[in-house]
This record gives sequence, C-alpha cells and structure tokens, in this order.
Amino acid sequence: MSTTIDLAEVPLRQLNQVLHDADSGVFNVLNPRGAHALACGIRANVTVEVAGSVGYYCAGMHQDGNVLVKGNSGPGLAENIMSGTVRTTGNASMSAAATGCGGLVVIEGDAGARCGISMKGVDIVVGGSIGHMGAFMAQTGNLIVLGDAGADLGDSIYEAALYVRGDVESLGSDCVEKEMSTAHLAEVKRLLEATGMVASPDDFRRYGSERRLYNFHVDDIDAELAEGRGVMT
Amino acid sequence: MTSDTWHQRESYSFDRNAIAEIRRAANTGIYRIRGWGAKRILPTLDDLVFLGASMSRYPLEGYREACGTDVIIGEGRAESPVHLDIPITIAGMSFGSLSAQAKEALGRGASAIGTSTTTGDGGMTEEERGHSTKLVYQYLPSRYGMNPDDLRRADAVEVVVGQGAKPGGGGMLLGQKITERVAQMRTLPEGIDQRSACRHPDWTGPDDLAIKIVELREIVDWRVPIYVKLGAARPYYDTALAVKAGADAVVVDGMQGGTAATQDVFIEHVGIPTLAAIPEAVRALRELGVHRDVKLIAAGGIRSGADVAKALALGADVVSVGTAALIAIGDNDPAYDEEYRALGSAAGFWEDYQDGTDPAGITTQDPELSARLDPVIGGRRLANYLQVLTLETQTLARACGKSHVLNLEPEDLAALTVEAAAMAGVPLAGTNWTPGREG
Repeated sequence: MSTTIDLAEVPLRQLNQVLHDADSGVFNVLNPRGAHALACGIRANVTVEVAGSVGYYCAGMHQDGNVLVKGNSGPGLAENIMSGTVRTTGNASMSAAATGCGGLVVIEGDAGARCGISMKGVDIVVGGSIGHMGAFMAQTGNLIVLGDAGADLGDSIYEAALYVRGDVESLGSDCVEKEMSTAHLAEVKRLLEATGMVASPDDFRRYGSERRLYNFHVDDIDAELAEGRGVMT
Repeated sequence: MTSDTWHQRESYSFDRNAIAEIRRAANTGIYRIRGWGAKRILPTLDDLVFLGASMSRYPLEGYREACGTDVIIGEGRAESPVHLDIPITIAGMSFGSLSAQAKEALGRGASAIGTSTTTGDGGMTEEERGHSTKLVYQYLPSRYGMNPDDLRRADAVEVVVGQGAKPGGGGMLLGQKITERVAQMRTLPEGIDQRSACRHPDWTGPDDLAIKIVELREIVDWRVPIYVKLGAARPYYDTALAVKAGADAVVVDGMQGGTAATQDVFIEHVGIPTLAAIPEAVRALRELGVHRDVKLIAAGGIRSGADVAKALALGADVVSVGTAALIAIGDNDPAYDEEYRALGSAAGFWEDYQDGTDPAGITTQDPELSARLDPVIGGRRLANYLQVLTLETQTLARACGKSHVLNLEPEDLAALTVEAAAMAGVPLAGTNWTPGREG
C-alpha cells in the first residue's frame, strides 16, 4: 500500500511533515518540479520515490529508509546523510553527499563539483564522472567513481578512500595514489554489487591521504642549540 | 627600573613585543597561534558615555521602578521562539576547545539566570544539553558532530558564517586537544592539528543560504528560530544579506571576540571593532524595516553592564559574552599564577588556549586539569556575573529614564573621541557634532 502525494496540489511543508510523522510506508511524490529541501529530515524506515527532478538539499540529513529520485538532483543531495539510501537516476549537482556521516548515496549519472566534500563515513557511488574538488577535506568513507574525476581530487583529504576507474585530471594537496589491496578490491566489489553498478574492481585505482598536512611543522632552533645537537642548515 | 635605563628609548615600531615575535618566528618557522581575542588598543564601547537624565529627562528609581530585561527571539517567525530573561547570552564555544566541565558550568550558569548558551565547532555534548535550558546549536562549515537529532533538540539553530576573531577563517584545534572523545565527535584521527573549513560545503552566498535556511526549518518542522552569525567585516551588507536569506536573528561578532586557537595575525588584523560594527548592522536592519523584529545579537569584547547597555543603546537587542564568561568561571585565576608562570605566562596574560595546558581546567582536554573546575561552583560564578551585568544595565537604563533596557537609544549617548563619535553616530561629548553628519 503506497501513498501518493502530488506537489502540484499540496505544499512541500505538508509533504515533509507527512514523511516526518510516518513510521513506515511507501510514498510516491509527483510533480516535484525542482522543489528544494524535498524529503529532508527523514527519520523512519520509509520509501520515497520522486517522479521527476529535485532542487537543493533533497533528502538532506537523511537518517533511515530509501529515497529514489527518478530524475536529476540539485546541489547538496543527501547532505549530511546519517544512514539509509538515497539514489538519483540522473545527474547530481555540486556538493552531493556533502559531510555525509553514513548510509549510501548513489548517483547513476554524473556528479558536479565537490562531490563528497567533508564526507564523514558515507559511501558514495557515482556511475558517471565527478567534477572538480571531489572529496575535498574528506574525513572517512568511500567514494567510488566509475567515470573520470575532475581537478584537485581529494584536496586536504583525511582518511576517506577514493576509487576512480577513469582518468583523474589532477590530485589535490596531500592526495596520492595508493596501493589496491585485497581488502580494497573487496570493498569496491561490495559497493558495486550493492548498487547494481557493473564494473570490474580491478579497473579502479585508489587515492588517499599522504598525511603530510596532519600536523604543523614546527622548527625549534633554540632547543637544538640548548641540547648541543648539530644545527641543520 | 634603575636610572641606567632612563636614557634608553624603546622603539615604538620595534617594541619588546615586536622583537619577541620576530625572534619566535625565526626560531620556529610557523605563525603564532593563540587564543583570546584582539589585544591591541582599539576604539571600544569605553569611548562612549551615557548622558543620564537631567532637566529634560526623567529618571526611574533604582531597584524600585520596573526596568524590564526580557527579550524574545523569533517571535512570530518560529513556532517556539527563544525567551530570554536577560539580554545577555553565552557565545558559541566548542567542546574540544573547552573541557566538558567548562561546558557544563556555562550551561548551569546561563540556565540559572534564564538565558541561553551555545554549542561550537564540534557538536553537542550531553553535558551542555543536559545543563542548558536554552541551547543554541551552531551549524558550522566543518559540520563536525552535525547530527539531525541534535538539531531537533536545540532551542535555536545558528548558521555560522564567521566569527569576530577571524572573519574569513575556519576553526583550529591543535593535536594536543584532539583526544579520543574529541576525535570521535569530529570523525578525525587523534592528535592531528585540525584546521576546520572556512566555507560551508554545500552553499555559497546569500541565495543559497536562503535555501539552506528553508531546509533547516523543514527538518525542525519550523519550530525554532534560525540565527546567522557573522564576523564583523562588512556588517551593513552582511546583515542585509542575512535578513534577505531569512534569518530570525543576526549575530555580529566584533574583532575583540575571542577564539580558542587562531593565527595571531588574523586575530589582530582582520575585522572591525564591535563599536564600529553595531551601528552598521542596525542601519541595515532599519533600512529593511526589520529592526527589533529580526533581532541583533552583538558580541566581541563585552565585559560589563556598561558595555551591555551601550550595545543595546546603539540598537542591539541582545549581547553575547564568551571570554568574559570564561573569566567568570575561573580563566586567568590569580590563584594559578605560579602555574601560569611555569608555562611562560602569568595570571591576567594567559592566552595559550590552543595548548590544552590550562591550569584552570577550562581550555583543556586533560582529565586531571579539567577535574580542577567544579562545574557547579563555576555555574554559580557565571550566574552571579550575569546577574551583575543585568543589574548594571538596568541601573544605566533607569538613569536614562527607561522602563526596559531595550528602550535605551543612541540619543542617550555621547562619544569621548572623534573616532567613536564617527563610528557610533553619536555626538562628540559637549558638542552637537557628529562626524559625517551635517549640522
């Protein structure tokens, strides 16, 4: 039994309140017409299918259940997602899954700039390519890109793992290519299977932090002299 | 000082402080990072005086006649506005930069006197939620510890664009304070020198912010007010844009505003003083016809009831205190002078909040040092201090004939310096001259 909500007839506020009040259920949303903040703040194990494209912050701070956008998604898709799954069949604009703490975000098409920015544990799978500054300051979690990655991938990255099948235009500060171990191949395989994406894990390359930016470099010439060590010049 | 030094002249340009900093820089190769706010001489609210009632004004009796102090933020704009008994709140300070005991003390003190406290760059702890009857949840660029459940249990949400100590800069927490608990809350490796983002990850500019505010309202079902916090740089334009984006309150933090850890060059050289910022923010609110509707919360270097009253007279609805609140609960306590000196500082000078070695147990994550701060006693001290600020503010308001502290107005003020007169838009004392205005 599913509930259909037509945004041509009811305001967004009413839709979101229904989703916030629900404990479970399937909800079909018609005529999203690029609405912002659609299905944000979902807490319960509900399924939401959106027939069309959405604006900013669709499924923002998602905590449980599944949201499927049958169309394109605007900026900040599933921003700060905690758990559950958010999927868009088309492309996603900038900052997809930004600061996501958990759960799974699937973008069947391309993602714009800053995909996975400051990600904190989310898994992101992109069927197409991602724009520049992907995984900027990414803290932890996995980003899998079946296509190419734009400039400055993984700039200032912490412990997130980035897997790219295609070309990387350039790596950002402190981001380096890393060895693909058996565990990493298994992780890619798991996420490809979970999202129904068809690709061979062997075709991916892994990128992560070189950890050179983790601590400030502080010199102390006076201490060297006091200890009688030879001062490096 | 002996007579031998009388013939020696210290360079104004290269004074001992400048020489020490050049030597420190030459030794370490890294910029100075410290806590506290701007320490150099700035135009301040001290440069204003109240005129008081006289022949043409009618004062109220101190302690006898009513002088209201309550403020409501978000009335008519959010389902559950924030009711403050006094126009003074506790500014955002993070768990991580502060000990759990310090956060608890702030919550206890603020709650006892009927006002709010604020989280910081690191999420909400049980200590502060449990002991704060009114808690403002900061929404920062780093989104460390950002959790929708915490968002829903907050009494207001504050979108932080910047702070007075470093407009344009992100947070900083050095490795010695990134303990296991702090690292876990921020999803970071332990012991790293953490440098927070300075830009929000999913919006860039006021048009995006307007949509972001709608998202936040939707997630909390339009229940609580949304504040926008700005580091004072261009307060006229920034306040107008925050209002346009839908803020229920705008927090303007002047350059005296404190920090737990920031580059000294940032603290001392970026932003404008609180005195200069308030009138510009008020001008924007007035021009948009929302002054007193969208609340203005002024912060940065507020120390006394005189500062509170002057900020309100210039048009702020509320002030926030941060550094002063820490001092109230025990920061820079002379009882620890020997220990401060052992760390190369002294009571009254301690600013190394970044080091995590605070003898008073406030700006530290060290369990032994933290245990020195009794949050119950600290809370009582803060409540007393806030009580004094309120009494002083009422004293000045009554002297100006006001039955509510928010009735104070620029007409009650005069400036002691030409600079303050120009910044505050009030006449130079003893004249009818306001620089920049005709007549």
